[in-house]
Amino acid sequence: MANQIYSTVPRSSWNKRVNPDLDIERKNKSFNVERLTNILDGGAEFTQKRRQVGTYLQGLETTATYDASTQEFVLNTPTLSATKWWPGDLGRTATHALILANLYSSGRCHGMHGFILPIRSLQDHSPLPGITVGDIGPKMNFEQTDNGFLQLDHIRIPRENMLNRFSQVLPDGTYVKQGTPQSNYLTMIVLRVQLLASEFIPALVKACIIATRYSVVRHQSKIKPSEPEAKILDYQTQQQKLFPQLATAYAFHFIDEIVIEFFKKSYQEIINGNITNLPELHALSAGMKAMMSDHCILGAELCRRACGGHGYSLLSGLPSLVTKVTASCTYEGENTVLYLQTARFLLKNFLQVQSSQSTPTLPQSIQYLASAGSGRCPAQRTSDFLSPQLYTEAFAHVAARLIRNSAQKLHNLTSSGIDQYVAWNQTAILHLQAAKAHCYHFTVKTFVESLKKLEKEPEIYQVIKRLCDLYALHGLLSNLGDFLYDGYMSRAQVELATEAYFSLLSLIRKDAILLTDAFDFSDESLNSALGCYDGNVYERLFEWAQLSPTNTEGNPAYEKYLRPFLKNNRSKL
Amino acid sequence: MNPDLRRERDAASFDAEKLTHILDGGPERTRRRREIENLILNDPDFKHEDLNFLTRSQRYEIAVRKSATMVKKLRDFGIADPEEIMWFKSFVHRGRPEPLDLHLGMFLPTLLHQATQEQQERFFMPAWNLEIIGTYAQTEMGHGTHLRGLETTATYDPKTQEFILNSPTVTSIKWWPGGLGKTSNHAIVLAQLYTKGECYGLHAFIVPIREIGTHKPLPGIIVGDIGPKFGYDEMDNGYLKMDNYRIPRENMLMKYAQVKPDGTYVKPLNNKLTYGTMVFVRSFLVGEAARSLSKACTIAIRYSLVRHQSEIQPGDPEPQILDFQTQQFKLFPLLATAFAFQFVGAYMKETYHRINVDISQGDLSELPELHALTAGLKAFTSWTANSGIEACRMACGGHGYSHCSGLPNIYVTFTPTCTFEGENTVMMLQTARFLIKSYDQVHSGKLVGGMVSYLNDLSSQRIQPQQVAAWPAMVDINSPDSLTEAYKCRAARLVEAAARNLQAELKHRKSKEIAWNLTSVDLVRASEAHCHYVVVKIFSGNLSKIDDKPIQTVLKNLCLLYALYGISQNSGDFLQGGILTESQLTQVNQRMKELLTIIRPNAAALVDAFDFQDVSLGSVLGRYDGNIYENMFEWAKKSPLNKTQVHESYYKHLKPLQSKL
Repeated sequence: MANQIYSTVPRSSWNKRVNPDLDIERKNKSFNVERLTNILDGGAEFTQKRRQVGTYLQGLETTATYDASTQEFVLNTPTLSATKWWPGDLGRTATHALILANLYSSGRCHGMHGFILPIRSLQDHSPLPGITVGDIGPKMNFEQTDNGFLQLDHIRIPRENMLNRFSQVLPDGTYVKQGTPQSNYLTMIVLRVQLLASEFIPALVKACIIATRYSVVRHQSKIKPSEPEAKILDYQTQQQKLFPQLATAYAFHFIDEIVIEFFKKSYQEIINGNITNLPELHALSAGMKAMMSDHCILGAELCRRACGGHGYSLLSGLPSLVTKVTASCTYEGENTVLYLQTARFLLKNFLQVQSSQSTPTLPQSIQYLASAGSGRCPAQRTSDFLSPQLYTEAFAHVAARLIRNSAQKLHNLTSSGIDQYVAWNQTAILHLQAAKAHCYHFTVKTFVESLKKLEKEPEIYQVIKRLCDLYALHGLLSNLGDFLYDGYMSRAQVELATEAYFSLLSLIRKDAILLTDAFDFSDESLNSALGCYDGNVYERLFEWAQLSPTNTEGNPAYEKYLRPFLKNNRSKL
Repeated sequence: MNPDLRRERDAASFDAEKLTHILDGGPERTRRRREIENLILNDPDFKHEDLNFLTRSQRYEIAVRKSATMVKKLRDFGIADPEEIMWFKSFVHRGRPEPLDLHLGMFLPTLLHQATQEQQERFFMPAWNLEIIGTYAQTEMGHGTHLRGLETTATYDPKTQEFILNSPTVTSIKWWPGGLGKTSNHAIVLAQLYTKGECYGLHAFIVPIREIGTHKPLPGIIVGDIGPKFGYDEMDNGYLKMDNYRIPRENMLMKYAQVKPDGTYVKPLNNKLTYGTMVFVRSFLVGEAARSLSKACTIAIRYSLVRHQSEIQPGDPEPQILDFQTQQFKLFPLLATAFAFQFVGAYMKETYHRINVDISQGDLSELPELHALTAGLKAFTSWTANSGIEACRMACGGHGYSHCSGLPNIYVTFTPTCTFEGENTVMMLQTARFLIKSYDQVHSGKLVGGMVSYLNDLSSQRIQPQQVAAWPAMVDINSPDSLTEAYKCRAARLVEAAARNLQAELKHRKSKEIAWNLTSVDLVRASEAHCHYVVVKIFSGNLSKIDDKPIQTVLKNLCLLYALYGISQNSGDFLQGGILTESQLTQVNQRMKELLTIIRPNAAALVDAFDFQDVSLGSVLGRYDGNIYENMFEWAKKSPLNKTQVHESYYKHLKPLQSKL
């Protein structure tokens, strides 16, 4: 992006001071920021190290047909809609591509498999014969990536170019499975889990840092007529926009650690041939990818809009964050489709709970299905809503009810004779809601578990607990109907929860800047005139804007079109 | 034409053309709009390359060329009706901003309304002939919606009879005005007026910024472009820094307030009139929200009819993705919203014109309510359309992310509406102020009128639990009128709740302002509920005005879907307020799913009725003929990166690297 150039230019004298508004926010420390940074990094040694270094696969129409006579695969994209579209770097850069195609050998289709395909000459980079390749044209972002299209006209590649960790084709064309067909999903799961940490969460964290810092530097209107214009972060409406995003950023950070832990453990087991955890891992990675990408997209955009007009300038750094993360709703599995995959897993386990006499052993993330009953929310006073146990149970109750309900509705349709596939489509919205509620419960429960690990550090525990409470209560109040629906919560309890929620906003206000500082993102990586550590927002905006090519080059449009137009009009007068 | 789309169109239960007439306000207006569109479509002077493949400066240049041509052609064709000019302009620029927007939309009208006769003679005709190109410089880098906070000063010097304009701080630099960066040679500058040592608040001054003829910035003026943005590539939003810059006394706009040669300040007689412009612009923005969301729906729905994916039943052919319930659930509520906002836009325009007649006769009584309503509706519709356009984009999967879908452009062009002309949260709080005022008025025994009249029957016992049981029986989920009542109850309940919370805060804290801030989230919710009620009311109110039975039926279904969807998304409010029971809520959800199925066969015809030409949509996915894949391929081939088979960066960076590794 153009503004990346600007951040390297030498700055004027204003750069030596920190904006006094921002400075004051950092004076009242209720906790040790460096310590929190270490926790976020996973230990002091990691902080130090970091600072030193600076979808529907079956439907794809591409085929790979094995030719035993030459021991080659013949890759072909038979129709226009089978043209490979979107892979990053394909347009201009890549010499090889990893292609997923339907494998045919010995006259049978064996489903999707991966193939390594040379696409350009290693000598002069020109496309190889039979390959039509190019850039797919401008997009919302990723301007540096040449997402490409690829058409294959009977391209031959050696048998050895098939990826065969989990299955292979023998020289005579015999297809041999190694492990289970589900293992092919493992690549997808790996990608999804990596995306959480590398793409989604940092986008939300950065957007929060920029918007929160800007909101203490920006003054607007007066809260009281006798006082100077207030920092916009002192407005309740601004806190209501930003703090739930900040809480979500922290929630996702901690949840991601746990997901990765679970993933590593299961991955090792799968490699060793034990696939017990695979269905849960698959459902969890699908659901978490969908939920985190949804929330990071919405959150980053909300932060952008919370910066008013300046959030619309590329110099704020926010539009680039938004357009980058927003692509995530579809890549590596479209979010709705992923939620529905999670829903299938939930449904299957729910039916097991229902049919078995004794309590079955359920995967960890859905054990609540066996225990959540028809109880009532026990809250009696405002402070009860600050109890992690209380709100975790509330989320478990809602998730269990929605799963039960979706299973019930599906069962009603199928038992009235409607085909099970049609019935699934007619109840899809319910399954979607159930999966979302399940994911919400998982995130709340996991955030609470991470919180427990901080108990030895009371100051940090206290600030993170407030974020955890806010995360849960924000989720509860934004989906209030679900909690009121079967009388689980009463109307009076809603008032109490709302009160608890508002009290958290003003408590978090005091620590807001330090909580964003703790993420320890450098100015270079934020690349934002609004979000720099020193808070010199306006000076930087003015300096960066002057460097825009529109100001350093002339204005040919005026000469070409406006001036002749003026002359013409004047001569007519 | 794509066979799927043809089949869909043939199967519609109503005549899309007639619905277009209703949306346009009559067949004659549809005819005239198309006539104007065709005038532009067939004119070689307006042809240009696909903007997606051009740089920002190239896009700016094309926009300037088209604007200059447009001004000339408008005169050649004798188009003078304001609405027709708007159609013309919007079609020439395909709904995008252009460098002369502020000259035509703010500079000229401000001269007309606020300049004296002498000033009109000096500035208006040259401006009309583009000898003077002006902009309207209000927003500063550090100050936006809160106008009183602006820092630019205009100090009168009686010795030379001049005003000295100054930007004292970096935050006072004028920032954002459209056309300021490169195009304009004059600006109407808003500044704090100082004379005889007193500050008299904001006034408007005509400031020459570039030399006529050379177009170079004048001494004492620092002016330029504010750099790249999310969208608005065609627009040279600019900055302006004035360093004790002198202009003659006669350049202050003095139709109302005046500064005499000796420096005496003369107060204006009536200041409420400036409200009028704001109300006009905001009510226009409601229409923009409707148009932008309608475009996005057109693209996403047409694409969902052409795109096939997965299988509902194994072995069956891949169905159109619009047959998936989840896809219908993403798009049909938005389609219903687009229709709702179309009617609200028309209502706002009508009301504005009606009240304008009153105002010109000196009757300002309806202005406060209209002001409050436009503020809230501008915020409500722009927030909803903003997220709706984005939802349409995401509903198109990966292709929605490509500029060939047209959706990213619609989004980035529309989204500033949430912050400009009054930041949305601030707008909602203005509406809340009016609601609370009306609520207090009712409590002190006076009745209120207009859209807030429901506050009159809000005797507080109706909110008490024992009375609540009487309500649910009233709600018939198949009747738009009855649903309007339900929304009314919700609005009443939330206004009352906000008012009571405000009272409670006042008891604790004494300061009115702090109490207001600590209640502001509740107040915004109350305003949203009020606006939601107004939208449902206007939509359902329009149904009875439609004579054509098939169209009435299909619109009634959309109206029901709009209302029921809103209930399901805000079910907490309806349950909490005792307006609906749990079993009614279950019925709402069930009925909503039935409506999705009922609306499905008319989806193609409903978006056809918006009657957007392909060039207006600017979308390969949304093409009328549905031939998307062939055209996507053709479109991509035109990408500048494809001009050579091997890009120069390969020789420069990759090849040398490969030889080293």
